[in-house]
Amino acid sequence: MIEARGIVQSVEGRPVLNNLSCSFQKGRMYGIIGPNGVGKSTLLHLLSGVEQPKQGEVLLNGRSIYSFPRKQLARQMAVLQQSGLPPVGFSVREVVSMGRYPFQNWLGNEEHDSETTIDEALTAMGLRELEHRKMDQLSGGERQRVALAKLMAQEPSIILLDEPTTYLDIGFQVQLLDTVRAWQRERKLTVIAVLHDLNLASLYCDELVVLHRGTVAAAGTPQAVLTSALIEQVYETVTAVIEHPLTGTPQIMLQPNSNK
Amino acid sequence: MLLLAVSIVVSLSIGSAGISVRDVWGILIHQLPWLADEPVDYSPGEVAIVTQVRLSRVLLAVLVGACLALAGTGFQGVLRNPLADPYTLGVASGCSVGAAFIILFGLQAALGMWTIPLVAFCTGTVTLLGVFWLSRNKGVMQIETLILSGVIIQSFLGAFVSFMVSMSESVVNQILFWLMGSLAMRSWDNMYMLMPFLAVGFPLLLVYGQSLNLFVLGERHAAHLGIRVERTKLIVLISSTLLTAAAVSVSGVIGFVGLVVPHLIRLLVGPDYRLITPLSAIGGGVFVLWADTLARNVLSPKEIPLGVVTALIGAPFFAYLLHRRKLKQGGSL
Repeated sequence: MIEARGIVQSVEGRPVLNNLSCSFQKGRMYGIIGPNGVGKSTLLHLLSGVEQPKQGEVLLNGRSIYSFPRKQLARQMAVLQQSGLPPVGFSVREVVSMGRYPFQNWLGNEEHDSETTIDEALTAMGLRELEHRKMDQLSGGERQRVALAKLMAQEPSIILLDEPTTYLDIGFQVQLLDTVRAWQRERKLTVIAVLHDLNLASLYCDELVVLHRGTVAAAGTPQAVLTSALIEQVYETVTAVIEHPLTGTPQIMLQPNSNK
Repeated sequence: MLLLAVSIVVSLSIGSAGISVRDVWGILIHQLPWLADEPVDYSPGEVAIVTQVRLSRVLLAVLVGACLALAGTGFQGVLRNPLADPYTLGVASGCSVGAAFIILFGLQAALGMWTIPLVAFCTGTVTLLGVFWLSRNKGVMQIETLILSGVIIQSFLGAFVSFMVSMSESVVNQILFWLMGSLAMRSWDNMYMLMPFLAVGFPLLLVYGQSLNLFVLGERHAAHLGIRVERTKLIVLISSTLLTAAAVSVSGVIGFVGLVVPHLIRLLVGPDYRLITPLSAIGGGVFVLWADTLARNVLSPKEIPLGVVTALIGAPFFAYLLHRRKLKQGGSL
């Protein structure tokens, strides 16, 4: 379980998060949503333990996340960044095997053989044919799949995703979130994803955390959170909310103002 | 490794004193302790040239080259900057300021033979910090800005060294020595001075090879994979500066070795620092050895400063890298 308590944080002198508290239970998939610049990525960054907030604390299983040695933390938690992986000269397999770094000693050896773990990750992301290809010969979507395969090789119990679908077309968006969701259910992982697209968030997440004005405006299941009133309050735009014909989850229909 | 051995053999065999190849090896083999009792027919002068001058110089060239190439590898890896090198970052010039200061004011005695490299290390570190400070813009270091800052600092410090040297009595040769680098008139002592630095810096960079691989993906990726980013940066930068200081203390500023060698190695074996680091050490040794062999033989008995030779090879290579980078702007080299 991850818990944020009374977080206060500024980015480049601008106050972003103000006394924010929220908690994430094991084995569930969370979506963090909210308008631009509200501090979604900042919150995720703090949850990852790389940066410390000005005030407040982040607890992992009841212990301050900053007290963990970095390698030990990386064995439990993996992060998929918005920017994706750069087009470097390493092969796909080499990059995926870098996910094993937290399990290696200072000589670069691992106690158990990790090749099967790497093979599984490559297979799960459909990268077996590409495994010897260099990263700089791949498309953006393919590199994002490599990034996810690297995450799988890391075998974490908590995954943080920072707008993982931003640069992908709808086919890849669904494919990526399907994979994450299946993996999350199979291994009972905790997934915390910053998502821009409210409809995707509603389709894939067990619970949503809505950020507004530096703090949590609402949290709960998509049905409970995604209401016209809340969206109007947070995003300052009028929308219609309908049920998805297949899944029954709430879906947002945008409304141009000129149509009134 | 084989290339290194062959290079050492060839370089040992040629020189301006006109000793035949056979005699060179006769003398060397005679130095082996279990053969020392055999009768000799070499003149003491020849023996001195081979053992005191040539052998020490060849080995020194190999070690200096290894130091510079390793430093370049470290800088390039941790800064993720393909154009970084002790010379282009100005660190080498920074080290030479400290070393020149100590020599010209005769302060060597303070800490014995370690005075020069230690002071060079201090001034080199200060220079590195200065270059970082100059090039940092809102917490981000642009690759080109960093190199530009390095060049500015380097020419400033170069002028400073020239100024110091012009104030001293014995001028022209020394100016060339410090600004262009040379391995002439060095001895075994210089090599003993270099050894501990290499013995510390080389293993450190080897151990951090995998960390440097993850750095290639970006600092945040590296952090999320469990690397202590700041500590790794600090250790690699300090090791690289130490190696630079040691090399500069014995040979002056030899440019571009740390730029050219890791790049050629990378072209040969790919981007894995666990391979690049040890191979760069060997490659650097071979490169400087050949440059020095050229330097002392092309216009024999006159010598060309070693830095001239490496710059003649390195500067066009630098231009080529810059050009290629311009072609694929946005991508990383």
